[in-house]
Amino acid sequence: MTETPPILEMRGITKRFPGTVANDGIDLDVRSGEVHALLGENGAGKSTLMNILYGLIGPDEGEILVDGQRAVIRDPTDAIRRGIGMVHQHFMLVPVLTVAENVILGQETVGLPGMLDLREAETRIAALADQLGFEIDPRVRIDQLSVGHQQRVEILKALYRGARLLVLDEPTAVLTPQETEEIFGVLRRLKGEGTSIVFISHKLDEVLAIADRVTVIRRGKVVGTRIPAETSERELAELMVGRAVSLVVDRGQSHPGDVVLSVEGLHVKDDRGNESVAGVDLEIRGGEILGIAGVAGNGQDELVEALVGLRKPSTGRVRLAGKDCTGKSTRDMRARDIAYVPGDRHRFGLVLTYPIDDNLILTAYHEAPYARGFLRNDRAIGETAKELIPQFDIRTPSAATRASALSGGNQQKVVVAREFSGVISLLVLDQPTRGLDVGSIEFIHKQVIAKRDAGAAVLLVSAELDEVLELSDRVAVMYRGRLVATYDAEEAERERIGLLMARGEAALQDGAGAPVGVADP
Amino acid sequence: MSGAGDTGSRNDVRAQAGGTDPLAATAPAAAQDRDNRSRPPSGRPNALARLWRTSALPVLSILFALAIGAILMLISPVVTGKGFQPTLPITAYGALVEGSIGHPGTWFGEGGNFNALANTLVQAAPLILGGLAVGLAFKAGLFNIGVAGQFLMGAFFAAVVGARLAQVDTNFAVPIALLAGALAGAAYGFIPGFLKGRTGAHEVVTTIMLNSIAALILAWALSDLVAATGFSFPRTGDIGNSRLPVLFGRNVHLGVLLAFIAVFVIRFLLNRTTLGFEIRTVGANPNAARYAGIRPLLIVALTMSISGLLGGLAGAVQILGVQGFYAVGISANVGFDAITVALLGRSNPLGIMAAGLLFGAFRAGQGLMQINTNLLVPVEVIDVIQALIILFLAADIIIRRVFRLRAAKGALEGEVRTVTQSWGEQGAR
Amino acid sequence: MDITQIPALFVALLGYIADVLPGSLPQILLNTTPIALGALCGVLCERSGVVNIGIEGIMLMAAFFAYLTGFLLLESLGAVPALALGVVVGILVGVLAGSVHAWLSITVRADQIIAGVFLNVLAVGLTAYLNRLIITPSGRSGAGQLPKFRLPNEIGDIPILGSILEMFLNQGPIAMTVILFVIGLQILLFRSRWGLRTRSVGEHPKAADTVGIDVIRLRYRNVIVGCALAGLAGAFLTVEVNGVFQPGMTNGRGFIALAAVIFGRWTPIGAFLGALLFGAALHLPILVSVRRPEGDLGAIMSSIPTEFYAAVPYVLTIIVLAGVVGRSIPPAAVGIPYEKEARA
Repeated sequence: MTETPPILEMRGITKRFPGTVANDGIDLDVRSGEVHALLGENGAGKSTLMNILYGLIGPDEGEILVDGQRAVIRDPTDAIRRGIGMVHQHFMLVPVLTVAENVILGQETVGLPGMLDLREAETRIAALADQLGFEIDPRVRIDQLSVGHQQRVEILKALYRGARLLVLDEPTAVLTPQETEEIFGVLRRLKGEGTSIVFISHKLDEVLAIADRVTVIRRGKVVGTRIPAETSERELAELMVGRAVSLVVDRGQSHPGDVVLSVEGLHVKDDRGNESVAGVDLEIRGGEILGIAGVAGNGQDELVEALVGLRKPSTGRVRLAGKDCTGKSTRDMRARDIAYVPGDRHRFGLVLTYPIDDNLILTAYHEAPYARGFLRNDRAIGETAKELIPQFDIRTPSAATRASALSGGNQQKVVVAREFSGVISLLVLDQPTRGLDVGSIEFIHKQVIAKRDAGAAVLLVSAELDEVLELSDRVAVMYRGRLVATYDAEEAERERIGLLMARGEAALQDGAGAPVGVADP
Repeated sequence: MSGAGDTGSRNDVRAQAGGTDPLAATAPAAAQDRDNRSRPPSGRPNALARLWRTSALPVLSILFALAIGAILMLISPVVTGKGFQPTLPITAYGALVEGSIGHPGTWFGEGGNFNALANTLVQAAPLILGGLAVGLAFKAGLFNIGVAGQFLMGAFFAAVVGARLAQVDTNFAVPIALLAGALAGAAYGFIPGFLKGRTGAHEVVTTIMLNSIAALILAWALSDLVAATGFSFPRTGDIGNSRLPVLFGRNVHLGVLLAFIAVFVIRFLLNRTTLGFEIRTVGANPNAARYAGIRPLLIVALTMSISGLLGGLAGAVQILGVQGFYAVGISANVGFDAITVALLGRSNPLGIMAAGLLFGAFRAGQGLMQINTNLLVPVEVIDVIQALIILFLAADIIIRRVFRLRAAKGALEGEVRTVTQSWGEQGAR
Repeated sequence: MDITQIPALFVALLGYIADVLPGSLPQILLNTTPIALGALCGVLCERSGVVNIGIEGIMLMAAFFAYLTGFLLLESLGAVPALALGVVVGILVGVLAGSVHAWLSITVRADQIIAGVFLNVLAVGLTAYLNRLIITPSGRSGAGQLPKFRLPNEIGDIPILGSILEMFLNQGPIAMTVILFVIGLQILLFRSRWGLRTRSVGEHPKAADTVGIDVIRLRYRNVIVGCALAGLAGAFLTVEVNGVFQPGMTNGRGFIALAAVIFGRWTPIGAFLGALLFGAALHLPILVSVRRPEGDLGAIMSSIPTEFYAAVPYVLTIIVLAGVVGRSIPPAAVGIPYEKEARA
């Protein structure tokens, strides 16, 4: 307990947005050289608080003290000048520029008046990277780097500007468990050198692993500060959500029937022409859920698109209930009772400017009863909407409300209502609960299990390893376009899966033990 | 598609730049998420209030543009040394009214004088058709600036075919000549549509290029291929029986009726048919459209073809109903007029009908305006007023500030994702 | 004509081009200049993230007002000063129009293409209106053209280099300096601090914002400066080339400039090369009628109607846009207005 003031104090920070209070009288202090975690659900107000700290938005009330001195932070430049650096959840890196150009942007090293001195910058950055143990070539373009490396560039950017307090917003959302360990190592090293760290997360286990103190935020208010050694995941979860939470959904027993989906040797190219799915074999039976774990960008998107008809495979076979369906259109696949919940609901799932009823029949607009020939049948559309809205608990004033007026959870429910109604033989889910509140997540998970129990084969792709492990009867890992392992749920171990996600088959050669199947026998 | 971590992707950057990051739970939405409630909507207003909300902006834009036009009319004579003439705008606008609808007192009774009104309808017909062309394209997220070229194509082919069928029975000649013009326009609209769908080439530039190409090629075709003999300038022959029958008055021809029919056909197409749904969906969210099984390339090409068809029909109607032959330089302002009409009508067929009639009135009355003001107010002032209207529609904040509006809906809001969004998607296929 | 003649014809064509090209270079640069300046405007605007299809309108208005200046001041100031002032006025028109476009695109966040359409429609109406009111009644004409520089004839005799020197130096002042603008902008865009910031603002404005770059101000400045160049292009048309104003005289050059931007992959030098290509295409019809090639080639080339030759630049533009000459990708954030969004 030293006499030096905390490096950061935020007192009574309040920020209101139309219709809600994002931050409500928040007090936070961060000691020098500490790793302080900010824990809370999506939308609890953590990011708002840090955006205020970084000068991106201004508080309505409250004050900020840096090193005990009152600090007025009007924009990121002020924040940077006070030694505050931020690593955003969605990287603030310009893809077509190099590492060096991105790092010096805004604080460029200048040789001749106004002209860049990139060589000097590159030397300096290389030295800094070495110091931190990063392996980064400053001359490489950002879009050539892996996500983990891009994150390091973001950290470099902050440290290059002399950050003494580093704020990381959900840094592990994009990393494999292995990369997470590596970044934790970096954070520990930085802490050892005196950098203070604020670590925003909603992941309990990580917070407990890395933080010296944890502050929990719920609905814009601080509900408690704990020391990891003196608390538990359960207590933190309760603080986060406000009630006793069962962390595991009861999946029940699965009763697999016949093979519904059979994929052989599937190869799919991405938009740039690179092979993204490099030979996938899998089988899913009716009444079981196959979950595919993997860091985003290993071919999952293209695999899913190929299965539902949004993308043509280059080679391979897709069979539904024995019939060859390779390369068929979305319409044909839908005719065979495939349902698909896309990963990006604003881009693929909904037309935001359309009313809910049009969205509810979006994929069936051309079929009876919603259309006869080329004439639309508004009455049938209205009736369907009247049925589905209460059935799927969509909270909306009317069926004619625009989708854009709904909350994220309700928007996803519209998508789910559309896809889950009717007979389904194969259900394909891509990030079905991303960005949703706990209540909606629970609802959707229950619906998925209900569909499984009704006999559907379910393919679940999710970047949330927990969701995959919770829901799936069998778990596969996708790495660099191939399924490198498949386990039954009982055999699936979090750590081994994480290794496979990070290193693919190379992880298997470490003699990890239990037998591994590439395709289900 | 971008996953949670694919932040180096172009789409992610564009999404972030536009401020709608689908992956982020923004504060207001998050609040709703917690309570699982949606934002309350504004209460449902009655029909009159709704009408005002949708038409306030266009109506006020016109009025304000006319006001500025009046100021221009006052300033110009002073600046050009002809002295201050305070009554000039009144004379000018009065003539505009007289030339477009005449005096209501003279409509009925002995020898009722419908002429002005008739002229308005005749002028409006191609503008309504052109406006429908542009408006339909807007619904699909496309900007068809090529109405001028499609008009020329339609005019040319209608004139040529019409001249060939001059001696044939009217009941055959008229529909066939009209069809020729419409199909020519459709083909000329297909080209930029196909290019856009297939290569991403932005239709704004391709249609403008095609306008110039049409003017040039048709000029050559006119003089070298189809010029009728016995005239002092290159022109097509007499259309004889292909001329559109006059329905009433001196000159209100079949084309006027066709324009009104087209309004309701397009309206039906957009709102009640699956094709209309497909077009609107492609315009609102092309990705979701693909997911719904719609093929954007097909819809884009088809929409531009229909749009071109309407533009060609406009040209055909103008030739067969008014001009009687094709010569160089007949299209004047149709292209920009059609755009203004579509913007004023907010891409809504009924709105376009109203806006087309308005502009038909302007064009009908502008000649008299120029005469009655002794050339102090040249017809080009209407073009300036037109530009101002576009300005006020695009930057509705001006009108809102000036008139302190709140509830009025924006000019391009809602139905159509902005046309400019596809500019950044060129080449990135 | 049968197929075996084609190789011979092709060789004859090459010979013809080699023959007439050196002499036509100055004329080609004359055509190229307004397109190149317009293209530089396009590059600046789009690299900063703003779509500007109003280049045509800006050129037209600048052309008119530059001419008007010369017209009005001819008697009081004499030809050359009046013309010089005309150039200044043209640039100022560009600045003014650029400010309006910047305001519409950046602050009002209107649809940028419609904002460009507004400029084009305004230009056509306003210039025709003022032309009718002021210039036509007077029966007078303007101040003529800016005097050209003349190289000594000996320099023109140096093979290859001489032709290139003639191209750039046997010209009026604006045409002579275009290449400097091109090179200058290329260096600045890719090697200077301003250039790095500009490119970041056009690709990922949020990233630029978070490192303290004023996205809005930078975009405003770049758009205004770019449109000043478009204004210069317009002034060039009346003050250096034609000496007279005709309604609609820009004739689509502003749109061809956009094609040059895409052709040049949004780089100044690439855009200039594209503009050269289009400038040559514009010269083609005149060339063929004035210096007819020999023999069969000549027969063929003369039988192609002038209208077809005149259409070449427009067709070429479409071909470029359709990606036939390869894919070129615009700055990622172009056309999307930047909003400083409050993030949760």
